[in-house]
Amino acid sequence: MKKVVFLTLFALVGCIAYAGGYRVSLQGNKSLAMGHTGVAVINSSELVFFNPAGLVYLDEKFNVSLGAYGVFSNIAYQDTHTGANARTDSPVGTPLYAYVSYKATDWLAFGLGVYTPYGSAVEYEDDWAGSHLVNNIDLQAIYIQPTVSFKINDKLSFGGGPIYVTGSVNFNRNLNRTLTDLDGNRANVTIDASGVSNWGWVASTMFNPTENLHIGATYRSQIILNAEDGDATFENIPNSPLTPFQNTGMSASLPMPAEMTVGMSYDFCENWTFAFDYNRAYWDVYNSLDIDFVNEDVPDSKNARNYKNASIYRFGMQYDATKMFTLRAGYYFDESPVRDGYFAPETPRNDSNNFTAGLTVNIGEHLQIDASFLYSHYKEVDASYNYYFENGVAVPFSGTYKTNAFVPGLGLTYKL
Amino acid sequence: MKNLLKYTLAFLALSLISCDPEFDSPVTEDGFYSSGLADLSKYVAVGNSLTAGYADGALYITGQRNSYPNIMAQQFGFAGGGEFYQPLMNDNVGGLLLNGNQIAENRFILAVDAHGNPGPVRLEGTPSTDIANHLPSTYNNMGVPGAKSFHLIAPGYGNIAGVPAGAANPYFVRFASSENATVIGDAVAQNPTFFSLWIGNNDILSYATSGGSGVDQTGNFDPLSYGPNDITDPNVFAMVYSQQVDALTGTGAKGVLINIPEVTSIPYFTTVPTNAIPLDAATAGALNAQFAAYNTQVLPGLAGMGIITPEEAALRMINFSAGQNFPIMTDDDLTDITAILQGPPFSLPAPLATLLGQLRQVKPDDLIVLTASSVLGTTPDPNNPQGVIGVSIPLTDQYVLARSEQARITAASTAYNATIQAIAGAKNLAFVDVKAALARVANGGIPYDGGVLTSQFVTGGTFSLDGVHPTPRGYAYTANLIINAINETYDASIPKVHIGNYGTITISNN
Repeated sequence: MKKVVFLTLFALVGCIAYAGGYRVSLQGNKSLAMGHTGVAVINSSELVFFNPAGLVYLDEKFNVSLGAYGVFSNIAYQDTHTGANARTDSPVGTPLYAYVSYKATDWLAFGLGVYTPYGSAVEYEDDWAGSHLVNNIDLQAIYIQPTVSFKINDKLSFGGGPIYVTGSVNFNRNLNRTLTDLDGNRANVTIDASGVSNWGWVASTMFNPTENLHIGATYRSQIILNAEDGDATFENIPNSPLTPFQNTGMSASLPMPAEMTVGMSYDFCENWTFAFDYNRAYWDVYNSLDIDFVNEDVPDSKNARNYKNASIYRFGMQYDATKMFTLRAGYYFDESPVRDGYFAPETPRNDSNNFTAGLTVNIGEHLQIDASFLYSHYKEVDASYNYYFENGVAVPFSGTYKTNAFVPGLGLTYKL
Repeated sequence: MKNLLKYTLAFLALSLISCDPEFDSPVTEDGFYSSGLADLSKYVAVGNSLTAGYADGALYITGQRNSYPNIMAQQFGFAGGGEFYQPLMNDNVGGLLLNGNQIAENRFILAVDAHGNPGPVRLEGTPSTDIANHLPSTYNNMGVPGAKSFHLIAPGYGNIAGVPAGAANPYFVRFASSENATVIGDAVAQNPTFFSLWIGNNDILSYATSGGSGVDQTGNFDPLSYGPNDITDPNVFAMVYSQQVDALTGTGAKGVLINIPEVTSIPYFTTVPTNAIPLDAATAGALNAQFAAYNTQVLPGLAGMGIITPEEAALRMINFSAGQNFPIMTDDDLTDITAILQGPPFSLPAPLATLLGQLRQVKPDDLIVLTASSVLGTTPDPNNPQGVIGVSIPLTDQYVLARSEQARITAASTAYNATIQAIAGAKNLAFVDVKAALARVANGGIPYDGGVLTSQFVTGGTFSLDGVHPTPRGYAYTANLIINAINETYDASIPKVHIGNYGTITISNN
């Protein structure tokens, strides 16, 4: 008995994983109100994000758009086999954007944008049924993008520029399903990395076959955030050489996938505009999330993600109702990049139907107030994550998820 | 501007609506799970240490939270179950005080020693649960560690004055409603709508863990005359058990009865091998030479004189060989020949006669208890390196559960189980064959989401570091078995738990 061989293997799996895409499509209130279309809509300096090539077609010399959203997202989970159930109590997300464009000459425009296309905050109750996968996560990425836009002629223009990204992530989960300290407090790890930065680029074109028809295309490169000197903090670890989890540094890579958008807009009956965008997000770059702990005694964490590329289909309408009001509505269908068996509770996103609406109020000649609202509807789904391992044995985490999100947004547009 | 304000306000109002996502059929909704014919609103669990959530040689808070009644009560909560209160200890150290003096030991933890070997040690520290601090409330969990079947109906079992003499139970003292209260009386007084009863384990267990050092009281109908390590007479068991079930069902409560598992398959008896003594050829030869006269002259002589049977003579032969050997032991079921050996024709000196008095070697079908691992092969007298326990000093009877002793346990537990099953049938109560379920754990194990649950000490996941009581995962497995039986008997649909979510042993160094 003295020679009891006791093997302890705490696979640190199930880390960050911010699924369903941690893409947050909230880059302009005018655009969101129209189903977040905009690659071919010449409207405001939101084009800095949607299609820099279009900036040169704006009428005004100087355009500013800025705004913010409140993201109220809710996840409910239940397992009918055990009765286990949970609801997230996530903090309200506040994605922001600010765009400025300046038309230097008739054929040349400059722009600068700051926006937050990736991120999210999900908070489950600590020690809930899936706490070995996630207790809470907060991911933020801020894109800063200067652009230049020039037109070949009235039908064709090009634009683009570099992107600087700075991001941060804070993530907590329990080490496994059972490890506790002497008093029964669950052992957990917090991973924290901030000030992680990298560069990417955007390039776009706009083509105007007629005065009423616009066609646009934008490609935004993938940007991989390499967290090199993050911190891993362990809590409630038993005092034993069998559980050598001491606070240490960590490194990990988190990709912000590339995105291709093509679309068109068409003005008709004087006051109406119809827009369609097709997004293709190249999520297949997100194959596995690997966390490398500096302390060699702490086993590294490998987390299969195996995302697939996914499409989004966006439709929007705009109606210039009066001199004062412009009304908008839209819809988009968002395909999940998560494959069967990889459905992790960090962001349990299946395909979603999204409904948007909004309006612009003109206050005087230069100033507009833009408001929008998004409702994201996810069907109830039975799903599981099958790549969590304990002692080499896969332990699927399955259940039923129901998710929704409400996103009101407000913004200002200033034109001179 | 007025319109603008109006729209903005409308917009803000919209944004403040919090719409929680709702499932088509939420598990939290009444009627999703059903208690069937049972009413789970007031559940009272009656039993011994297993019911209390005792583990790792002690009772402590996290163990209590993982008691099978508490796990069940949480699941009952989905099917109309009410609150479930337990007489929680004061800490996670375990152990008890009586007016400041420690009377029960701290829990075991798995610690790694200086050589890197993990093994169970007692957690250091002073317990803070003093049984003189009486708990004023009543508790759904009426599990009393150490209780035997007849203790549940014994008045005074919770009287603190009886604790030093062993006449009362320190755990029951904490929450007994009065000095003369009985466990069953306090359970029934809570008017349970549903109960579980798991009692009788200690009626054989203390005999087993003491290596059969008690007495088999079969035939003695007076439990007041029993010692702590005795086997309870099956008729006494049947009588008190039936009385308890009558009391618990008297208010119309439904319930579940749980039978007695085979104690000899638990790690306490299966971890230390019977042939634990390694010897080289030279040592074995030297030992055999010392026992030559005993084997070839004394034993045949005694058999010839009719003092022992030829079978006993054969059983008592001592023989060592190179490799793993069976230790020598004292077996109080053997004829005591100490006095005879001192007389003619043997005329042995008293110390040698005493050594040989009830001596034999451990046999493969004996069981050596877990606690023997700390004495086997040791030299108790540092000045005598030849005095090795198991080789030249016999292992005392308390460390070995002989086959004859196992047979008494099996006979008693078989009788108890027949009683339990018969009463369950007669009263239309749910019945759980834990004996069969734990036999499956011991023979091959039970696969679950994350491994296989086995009876292996420390690593098997079922048994805690005392080698007797389950881990939280073992208790969760038990809770699922009981829920199964309730669902079948009462047409209920109480959800079970994932046993992989429950921990096993506690790793920690002092």
